[in-house]
Amino acid sequence: MREGEADPGLYDYLPYRDRPKIAWPDGKTVAVWVSPNLEFYELDPPANPHRKSWPKPHPDVVGYSHRDYANRVGHWRMAEMMEEHGFKGSVSLSVALCQHVPEVVENANRLGWEFFSHGIYNTRYSYGMDEAQERLIIEDSIRTVREATGQTIRGWLAPALTHTPRTLDLIAEYGMTYTCDLYHDDQPMPVATRSGQLISMPYSLEVNDHYGFFIYNMSPREYAQTLIRQYDRLADEGAQSGTVMCIPLHSYLIGQPHRIGAFEEVLRHIAADGRAWITRSGDIADHYLAQRGAVA
Amino acid sequence: MTLDPAYLDYAHRREGMDHDLYPWSNLFSRPPLAWPNGEKVLSWIVIDLEWFPITPDAKPFLAPGHMQTAYPDYRHYTSRDYGNRVGIYRLLDALDKAGAKASVAMNSAIADRYPALVRDIVLAGHEIIAHATDMNATIATGVAEADEREMIAASLAGLTRTTGAAPRGWLSIARSQSFNTPALLAEAGIAYCCDWVNDDLPYRMTTSNGPILNLPLNHELSDRQILNVQQQSMASYCEQIRDAFDWLAREAETSGGGRMLALNVTPYITGLPYRMAEFEALLMWLAGQPGHGFATGAQIAASADAQLG
Repeated sequence: MREGEADPGLYDYLPYRDRPKIAWPDGKTVAVWVSPNLEFYELDPPANPHRKSWPKPHPDVVGYSHRDYANRVGHWRMAEMMEEHGFKGSVSLSVALCQHVPEVVENANRLGWEFFSHGIYNTRYSYGMDEAQERLIIEDSIRTVREATGQTIRGWLAPALTHTPRTLDLIAEYGMTYTCDLYHDDQPMPVATRSGQLISMPYSLEVNDHYGFFIYNMSPREYAQTLIRQYDRLADEGAQSGTVMCIPLHSYLIGQPHRIGAFEEVLRHIAADGRAWITRSGDIADHYLAQRGAVA
Repeated sequence: MTLDPAYLDYAHRREGMDHDLYPWSNLFSRPPLAWPNGEKVLSWIVIDLEWFPITPDAKPFLAPGHMQTAYPDYRHYTSRDYGNRVGIYRLLDALDKAGAKASVAMNSAIADRYPALVRDIVLAGHEIIAHATDMNATIATGVAEADEREMIAASLAGLTRTTGAAPRGWLSIARSQSFNTPALLAEAGIAYCCDWVNDDLPYRMTTSNGPILNLPLNHELSDRQILNVQQQSMASYCEQIRDAFDWLAREAETSGGGRMLALNVTPYITGLPYRMAEFEALLMWLAGQPGHGFATGAQIAASADAQLG
């Protein structure tokens, strides 16, 4: 990015109207990917000078144990349901989960899910890191996921969405294909970096379960209806443009007993509709790049 | 800009949890728990009975529901006390109608101040568990260990004096603990705490003073979270509880293990006239579901304790 400038210079403006269409495989109009955040939060992490880890003094029992629900209960519910309806996950991974709870990572890997990095822990932030430190967490991510799963990560969602001005340049330099940190479009777009070839992969905060439940305070059924409306609209428009819909999830939220049943209606709706290319983030990136040729 | 190099040290990066309080465990692969009468789902209702001094203490933090305005905050003092005078009796009647026994998480100040209420609760067969001394007695790291030990002891002594029996369970205000809390509760003879919301079933914790059970009291299904924090309707709350029950019952059927539906209810929130009809209907609906039972925390803890070995 252009550090310190008013326009960070991440991408060129491109109006939605009259764009060349992205043609998804088999005439599908919308590429749908589900992104479970498989995370590990620390009970007593060191302080980052730019952001507090927990709102309460450590131990923040509710904050920590709520998130721990994911690895004991929520993940297993969510993963089984996704598999039943034919949805592979593209995992935003706290890579230290490979050490702490390898069972969850192995389960996701066995299901054919893709992994990208969401940092080491969701309680360690990139704010304030120098370049060498940021390289360390990128190299750690690549190495840890490769050793645990055999996969080479191709994407990045900054830990707890904490960035430095160098993050995008660095992940591109390390050969990554996509970033999930930019929210300017419903289609993949080229991202300007010092080197490499990076694209933005439409993730979503607006229909992220965390926003649904805690920013917009939706009931489980309202959230499910929101996802269905989001899908229907993107599937309609995708006939002209070729759209991407991401469903970002946290199983400590969506995997709760009062929510998971309503969410199943969403998966059922999308799977039955016929217009969705239900796939993984890396597959979307490959298809887009092949169709667009090398992006600038 | 640079961070302290220690920020990239990960001292607890190893298999398992980053603490020794409990090990990781997958609900779906651990040995199933069976409930005493073969129920698929036990609803565990926990009613908070809380007394808020009109002179709030925000150290270490201000309890949820506490005074908000400049002194004297009549509106919050009295509307919280409404729960202790009126709302709780509506809830007790609703429990009675549905044949439900609940756990009442009580500040010891309630026992000291309102012994008639305590008698009514005990006579109805509900369990009383400890919930600090009053709503100024919040716990978090920073409270001296001796002070926390003393507050726990005062709470237990107060409740024991009025009810005639030592409470088996403990619920911290806002489920907030210090690093010392689990060991101090075990030391005080508490069999189970309710604060950690990381599971749908009871599990064992290990402390320097011996084991203690944790019965996860789902905060997301609490009336406070759904009605007050998320500002949803009573109708939506009831629908969410029914959905949760349906899911847990199906899971119990397919897995063969019992499930627990933890319902944390607040008299000054649910016990309002306009909410009670729907709440009563919810309890009656639960009571009518096949394979459903109501249980107190002590009953669930005893059953789990025997099976967890």
